[in-house]
Amino acid sequence: MKKLLFVLVLLSIASVFIGVADLSLAAILAGDTDAIELLLISRLPRLLAILLSGAGLSIAGLIMQQISQNRFASPSTSGTIECAMLGYVLSLVFLGHGDSLLLIFGMAIAGTLLFIQFIHRIQFKNAIYVPLIGIIFGNVVSSAATFIAYKYDAVQNLSAWTVANFASILQGNYELLYIALPISIISYWYATRLSAVGMGKDFATNIGLNYKHVLFIGILLVSVMSASVVMIVGQLPFLGLIVPNLVAQFYGDNLRKNIPLTAIIGAILILLCDVIGRVIIFPYEIPISMIISMLGGVVFIFFIVKGKQNV
Amino acid sequence: MSDSMKLAGLAVITLVFTFLFIGVGLDASNYEYFLSRRVPKVFAMIIASIAIAQSSLVFQTITHNRILTPSIMGFDALYLLTQVLVVVIFGGFSVLLLNPFVNFALSVAIMVGFSLLLFGFYFRNNNGEGNVITLLLLGVIFGQLFSNVSSFFMMLVDPNDFLTIQSSMFASFNNVNQELVYLCVVPLFAVSALLFKLAPVLDVFWLDNDNAISLGVDTRRVTKQVLILVAIMISLSTALVGPVMFFGLLVANLTKEFFHTYRHHTLLIASSLMAMSILLSGQWIVENVFSFSTTLSVVINFVGGVYFLSLLIRQKI
Repeated sequence: MKKLLFVLVLLSIASVFIGVADLSLAAILAGDTDAIELLLISRLPRLLAILLSGAGLSIAGLIMQQISQNRFASPSTSGTIECAMLGYVLSLVFLGHGDSLLLIFGMAIAGTLLFIQFIHRIQFKNAIYVPLIGIIFGNVVSSAATFIAYKYDAVQNLSAWTVANFASILQGNYELLYIALPISIISYWYATRLSAVGMGKDFATNIGLNYKHVLFIGILLVSVMSASVVMIVGQLPFLGLIVPNLVAQFYGDNLRKNIPLTAIIGAILILLCDVIGRVIIFPYEIPISMIISMLGGVVFIFFIVKGKQNV
Repeated sequence: MSDSMKLAGLAVITLVFTFLFIGVGLDASNYEYFLSRRVPKVFAMIIASIAIAQSSLVFQTITHNRILTPSIMGFDALYLLTQVLVVVIFGGFSVLLLNPFVNFALSVAIMVGFSLLLFGFYFRNNNGEGNVITLLLLGVIFGQLFSNVSSFFMMLVDPNDFLTIQSSMFASFNNVNQELVYLCVVPLFAVSALLFKLAPVLDVFWLDNDNAISLGVDTRRVTKQVLILVAIMISLSTALVGPVMFFGLLVANLTKEFFHTYRHHTLLIASSLMAMSILLSGQWIVENVFSFSTTLSVVINFVGGVYFLSLLIRQKI
């Protein structure tokens, strides 16, 4: 834990000082107004956005895995993200602007609920089945979103909205991400109850929980968190999937203990990917969604193949 | 209704829409221009239909199930990746790219190699329960991975290089790749003829692996042969009309619902006609009823996705 925090701090410092405009520690300490302005308006907001979205999305994945009783579930393999996209398109078409929180959050929540319904209807629970259904469900929803976007000439808005890029983060447009803080605290608070819900309806009811109530809170947390990240940053595919699995691999399955660990590792991973994306074709940037989806895809395939051998 | 009647019906639909595409508004003064624009487009759609339909059909036969198709397993994303890799490695102005014939031959060669590797990976130690599902998930993830890697390299290559490949990369139903159309006819017929030659073997293959082996079919060799043919077909269709994830699934399953035969001779023809009539009528409707306000691949992905989801949830695999 301490080592991880140390790595996180180190990477954060590196992240602040990497960029097209030169920023040196000496200039900040000397009170150079340009340097301080750059730090406050661009570099620090970017760092905060990275940390918040990485940590928040990883926690969302962890909760999703608990409530769906499946280690391959996550916001990007359950249609949640695609439903948020659909909400965005609807908001764009009917309200004329793309930031109706009600529509975006509402669609994300509805989509996740629908997905949970799907997997409850399946009788035999193959670990592989759930993400497959989630991904295809996401595909269907996103083609519906594309259909509407195409009809109203909003395809470009949609793709710009979903490609994750921290380059556009400035002071004043990322603050919604602070929602990750209350969500983490509530998840921590509810951790044991969410684990109990993960054991199944009968078990949860038996030990005196309101099953539906807790399940809904879990879905709410996941949907709101991942929808906010898509809104501000864009899609970070597989992040919510691989981080909790990595944590479980090394630290076991205690949900309450794993929440902070998951948050830290998620933040480290995103930070690392963002730094890589900024360095590879410097002074240009590669959108982080590409890097994280390549990395995440490979790790996911590794998990599937490995899981298959263990069975 | 007998199968031959149904075949005839589909053929009529195909002909009607072919005529609608080519014939409407032709007169003596404009036919040269109109024909030069329309014929390649219709040809491209016909070639793509045949390629997608036949490759999905035989792929399902050799994998013994109704839900796997080459595009769901990431093969058409692989084709795009191959194209991008050729540009990254050889540069945008090399002969390999500018000469469509050489480029295509090279892409297909690399594609065949890759897909054999991928196939080897998929079917390594292939026995036990739940395998099809694992394969599907792997295929879907590989597909996403390949398209992400392609877009990653697309960001990296020189913008000039990028321009040279852009047109061939982003083929779609509204923007078919006309240069390649006539070039594709020959390989398509060759591959299709080979599949027809293999048809009796495939009929036996349908009886399950063990039965096929005991009836004297070298299953490994046939699998490999079919796979190479499938890889070529996918390259053809992706080059012409771009990737369409669920079209093969729809066509192969509709054909099997519609025609009560297990003979591949009939099924190959039937699925091709089915694909042609769906694609031509669909594109015609998109162009004339929706007046281009949507793209056919979006519609196909939506319908196909819902169908696929219902197959999964009802567990009819």
